[in-house]
Amino acid sequence: MIDRNTSVTEDELHVYVDGELPADRREAVEAWLASHPDDAARIASWRAQAEAIRARYGATIHERVPDRLTLSRIIRTRRSWGAVAAAAAVAAFVIGGAAGWLARGVSAAAPNSVELFTSDALVAHKLYIGEVRHPIEVKAEENHLLPWLSRRVGTTLRAPDLGAFDLKLLGGRLLPGVSGPAALFMYEGASGERFTIYCTKLNAARTAFRYDAEDNVGAVHWIEGSYGWVISGPKDKDKLKAVASAAYDQLEKRIPSPSQGAAGQLISRRGS
Amino acid sequence: MGTFHQDVEAAIPALRRYARALTRDAETADDLVQDSLVRALRSEHLFHGGDVRSWLYTILTNLNRNRLRSHARRPMLMPLEDNDAPDASGPEAGGRDIERALALLVDEQRTALLLVVLEGLSYREVAEVQGVPIGTVMSRLARARMQIKTYLDGERPALRRIK
Repeated sequence: MIDRNTSVTEDELHVYVDGELPADRREAVEAWLASHPDDAARIASWRAQAEAIRARYGATIHERVPDRLTLSRIIRTRRSWGAVAAAAAVAAFVIGGAAGWLARGVSAAAPNSVELFTSDALVAHKLYIGEVRHPIEVKAEENHLLPWLSRRVGTTLRAPDLGAFDLKLLGGRLLPGVSGPAALFMYEGASGERFTIYCTKLNAARTAFRYDAEDNVGAVHWIEGSYGWVISGPKDKDKLKAVASAAYDQLEKRIPSPSQGAAGQLISRRGS
Repeated sequence: MGTFHQDVEAAIPALRRYARALTRDAETADDLVQDSLVRALRSEHLFHGGDVRSWLYTILTNLNRNRLRSHARRPMLMPLEDNDAPDASGPEAGGRDIERALALLVDEQRTALLLVVLEGLSYREVAEVQGVPIGTVMSRLARARMQIKTYLDGERPALRRIK
């Protein structure tokens, strides 16, 4: 029954080490190992690896399970406001502080490009609105602002005219984005409040306006035609939505700018 | 119903162990377990008998793969290795070595190896969790073991000598 002369394959060695070898073959493998020290050494090293792995992580099983992972807690959370959101809020730290706060409502184990792009926009907004001397890279008055950003972002960009909200375009800058370069336009109001419009290419489904807020910053974002847009400003939902609607109308529906102000003329002739 | 919840509850400590080894980070691991549990409860109606534990391993494995995919774009944050630390021969040395060796593996290989040696799943169960034939599980195991051996045998001592 047992053929001691049959050579033993490497597969069989693994099966042997993992205790899955049928009894009638085990003896043959052991005989083989006795006369093949190299294979015996390999098997010893695999066993040592398994031991090291168990030594390193095995004790986890004896730890007390944290409260948030008990089933009753998870069921309760789910009933109250959706455990996915809870998980996301907690797990947001996985990605690092920057990408976190917009992740609500989506499983945190898999932050998607929409979460990443909105958090990118907010991080940029918060960083640059505080700049006194260098809030932008290129001023609105410079003719190459839109052609340059359009070329880098890959679409014909326009900076909406937000004169109706007393917001004046300061200029823009180029930033790294989720799946390529991103453009950030900055606007300033009469009392110094600043809004930004962020745009980058995004392979995600079209969405309606979504509003999010944290601390004293609010943001409305939407996705259309493979591009994601985020408008950020002081936390004022109604105003942000109004600004976003006006911007959307000009950007997506190609409605001519309401006034022929500086921003309205800045229509790129380049890009594709 | 009751038994389903009991079975899930009973599997949590092992899920945490598996997640800890998969991610090598306690916080990330528990987040992953939490997401897996939420997912499991939400899809309870999709569970038609069988081994709850294997089913949970499958969910966690998939979530972890998604997590790694979405992170692939971003630089991974790895702890800085302190080569001068006196851990080269200390009791922690082996643990750190195996941790680094695991970190070098391709996700599928690491998953297969951990499910077998840490979680004690059979090849057949691992094949189901990973959704591949048993032969694929075996080649993943073989490659994982070979890579860890190469790392532990060679690279690490060489690195240690460099100051």
